[in-house]
Amino acid sequence: MGERPPSREKPLQIDRRLASHFDWSLFALAMGLALLGILTIHSATIDITKEPSGLFVLRQLYWLLIGLGAMVVCFTVDYHSIDRLTYLFYSGVLVLLLLVPFFGTVSGGSQRWLNLGYFALQPSELGKLVMVLVLAKKLQYDEFNEGYRLRSLWVSFLLAIPIFALIMLQPDLGTAGVFFLVFLSVILVGGLRIRSILRLAGVGIVLLPVGWQFLKPYQKIRFWAFLNPELDPLGAGYHLIQSKIAIGSGGLLGKGYLLGTQNRLNFLPAQHTDFVFSVIAEEWGFVGCVILLGLYLTLILLSLRVVMRARDRLGALLAFGMTAILFWQVTINVAMVTGNLPVAGIPLPFLSYGGSSLVVTMMAVGLLINVSMRRFTF
Amino acid sequence: MLPLTSSTEVDEQFRRRTLLVIVAVSIVFLLLAARLLVLQVLQGERFTYLSENNRVRLKRIPGIRGTVFDRKGRLLAHSPPAFDLLLVPEDAEEPEVTLRRLALLLGWDERELLGVLSNNRSRPPFGEIILRKDIDWRSVVAVETHQIDLPGVTLRIRPKRSYPDKGMTAHLLGYLGEINPGQLRSLGNRGYRLGDEIGRFGLEKTLEEHLRGKSGGQQVEVNALGRQVRVLFQVKDVPGYSTFLTIDRDLQEIAYQALDGKEGVIIALEANSGAILALVSAPAFDPNLFARGITAQEWRAILGDETHPLQNRAIQGQYPPGSIFKMVLAIAALEEGVIEPDTRLFCNGSLAVGRRVFRDWKKEGHGEVDLHKGLVESCDVYFYQLGLQLGVDRIARYARILGLGEKTGIALQGEKEGLIPDTRWKMKEYGQRWFTGETPSVAIGQGYVSVTPLQMASLMAAVANGGTLYRPWFVRKLESVDGTVIREYGPQKIRSLPFKKDTLDRLRRALRDVVNSVKGTGSEARSDLVEIAGKTGTAQLAKMRGAVIKSEDLPYSIRDHAWFMAYAPNERPEIVVAVLVEHGGHGGSGAAPLAKKVIDSYFSPKGHRVALSDGREASKQGEALAN
Repeated sequence: MGERPPSREKPLQIDRRLASHFDWSLFALAMGLALLGILTIHSATIDITKEPSGLFVLRQLYWLLIGLGAMVVCFTVDYHSIDRLTYLFYSGVLVLLLLVPFFGTVSGGSQRWLNLGYFALQPSELGKLVMVLVLAKKLQYDEFNEGYRLRSLWVSFLLAIPIFALIMLQPDLGTAGVFFLVFLSVILVGGLRIRSILRLAGVGIVLLPVGWQFLKPYQKIRFWAFLNPELDPLGAGYHLIQSKIAIGSGGLLGKGYLLGTQNRLNFLPAQHTDFVFSVIAEEWGFVGCVILLGLYLTLILLSLRVVMRARDRLGALLAFGMTAILFWQVTINVAMVTGNLPVAGIPLPFLSYGGSSLVVTMMAVGLLINVSMRRFTF
Repeated sequence: MLPLTSSTEVDEQFRRRTLLVIVAVSIVFLLLAARLLVLQVLQGERFTYLSENNRVRLKRIPGIRGTVFDRKGRLLAHSPPAFDLLLVPEDAEEPEVTLRRLALLLGWDERELLGVLSNNRSRPPFGEIILRKDIDWRSVVAVETHQIDLPGVTLRIRPKRSYPDKGMTAHLLGYLGEINPGQLRSLGNRGYRLGDEIGRFGLEKTLEEHLRGKSGGQQVEVNALGRQVRVLFQVKDVPGYSTFLTIDRDLQEIAYQALDGKEGVIIALEANSGAILALVSAPAFDPNLFARGITAQEWRAILGDETHPLQNRAIQGQYPPGSIFKMVLAIAALEEGVIEPDTRLFCNGSLAVGRRVFRDWKKEGHGEVDLHKGLVESCDVYFYQLGLQLGVDRIARYARILGLGEKTGIALQGEKEGLIPDTRWKMKEYGQRWFTGETPSVAIGQGYVSVTPLQMASLMAAVANGGTLYRPWFVRKLESVDGTVIREYGPQKIRSLPFKKDTLDRLRRALRDVVNSVKGTGSEARSDLVEIAGKTGTAQLAKMRGAVIKSEDLPYSIRDHAWFMAYAPNERPEIVVAVLVEHGGHGGSGAAPLAKKVIDSYFSPKGHRVALSDGREASKQGEALAN
């Protein structure tokens, strides 16, 4: 490895040139989506009993502010400086994940949250971010432009395994899946040679049946319910059927804001978290869905433009990792609520109620802006 | 210029792969959009239907069954609200705790309550469990006041059929039962549903159509828990018609109490219309058991009861009429002219026909007997001879003109015809000619002859009113709840009896003396209140060969049935009373006093009831009226 001359740039100062390259489109899209999320959460929680109405919206607004702050930090500090602190972040996240089995709150059969007094933190969300940092660090020196071999990535694998395992053990199959897909996306696009990719595919096919053995019974049931929801319409298939009814009954133009009956009468499960897309689909119809998907697609394509224009491999890898996180979450969530994937709790970025998800998503966008605004700096 | 980092520049391979990713991402989003197009636009209608289906429930509100009143507007059957205690375990944080509290509060068995919970494991989510049906008022109040401590516990109100007089009106009013699958199929288009109640017996069955009412419905919006959010649309339910009967509740009660502990029938009719004032068949059953949902044990007990409480003996019991059949013989003989009324025959206590000897109930005989004396003292030998002169076919013809051997047509189901034998019947049934030796038995209402008490009652009414045979009836009027008269019923004439006035006059004079002369067999029916006329009957079940055994000394099951047919007042009859007491012994002692009680009560001052236990009290009231 070559020497690393010290950076001249002071970490927390943004000079005027940097500011002029600020990626307003990314920022505006992120804010727009987050505000749309607030509106939808209002509709999805207006009737939820036991909580004063508006409480969810207030909490989400409060998380949006925190997310905004985190975002600012994420684009202000030069990503090269962040890169230098990668292992510190990695260790921190690992410790948090290790604390979960001991101090985590149990909810719905799994232990995912750390209660930090005023709020609950979901360390697995941070796990995705930190993994991208690790991969970017490891894959940034492809000087001969010929790609990596699998064996040269053994450190990355070694670092990924504890995080992945800890998330699986919670168990949080959805987040673990996204984590795995992000990991795979980054090494496929950012590093591996074609031959190594093919070998990896072979191993994967062999390991699939083995992985099935490790699933919990309820996870297997969800899988079968996904293949045939009508098997058990009030049990495992209930979520899928109700979600499809909500989306389908939205029709072309939707039932109107606050008028979704599947939502308002609580037929939709988790309508303010994992199934928030169904609320939008029911109330805004196909037109609303296409606009929303268009916004996500724009965000992802703009992010990929950041990747293409990044000044160096580190920036490109970071930006690509963040894009992968956004892409996989949106895709899996929408495929899930439309009945194309088994139900596995994955929040929809920006829109789903939940602090950790929103803050991590804002941080991802912050890092994208970071790479984007520093593409011309030398 | 120094590079800020040693990270290499973005290579071509990375760029190429990113371009591929852009294409892939676009394709994935296109697929997602296509999926949404299918769900929302192509299948949108279907899912809209499903979502409406989800949220809209049709709640059926059955019309409340019509109320039944007696002739004076007193309640006989109604459908007051009953309270069922329900539990929705999902609404209780800890169902077991709630149930324990409930058991403590109401003093119920805790284990039994918890058992109900575990018996209902397989109900749908948020489905309600019926903890107990039809709880008492005290429990309702207790549950209402402790609602906060009993999360998940609710009360459901539903109308419950109730018959305040229980067994007293059981055979008239009948009972309800849950509709069975067979009826559901055959009545499919009349709006019945599984679980509905339908009239099974008595008036409830006959008037099912009018009593039932029309179900209304509500289209309600429910949430995912099945809770009603609001009513979208509703159709009002229509209660069944109020039904007014010709029954007099007081008289019915007197008759019911008179038969207490006995097996038998008392029927009271209006002599001039055939309207039923009272109709009691004993023993009775409690129709409220059926309304509550009869248990298997109770049902078995009723079915296995050897006294057959479910049978309405007034229309389903077929008994040998015994001496009351002599009225038919008297009419036939006078009409046919086979005998002059004053012709005297001699009775020495028996009559030999061929090799058979027919005995009179009075061993030493009645001596010289004419028609009047024959009826008053109920001389068997006299009527053996009349019967032989008339022949069985002529007896049968007159019996049928008087309504015997055919259903009266009362508005109750399951009525029996009884049996009036003749030569044709004998040939058809046994392939044998009629033997003369069989006729004397028929002449005194024994042998093959059988009648229902209601047939005899309506016959008696025809005799009393001077020759009009009415169909017995008891439904006077149907009214909708707002008081509009829907239908009114009146007397229905079956036929005018084609008899000479003198025939019935003679018969009636004899019937008067049955009760009021010194030697009359019905003297125990004599009343100070009103002049009663009547005829006794003692239907033998066991043939007496050799020595005459007193009925009281026979085993109960073969003891004679006691009959008494009466009307009053003798001059212008208003009321007819028919009494049959199974195994009651002699008609004069076993049945006549009961008829007297009913008649006395009918003629006692209005608003006063005769105490049945003390006959003298009735007399005192009578004197008071006379003063």
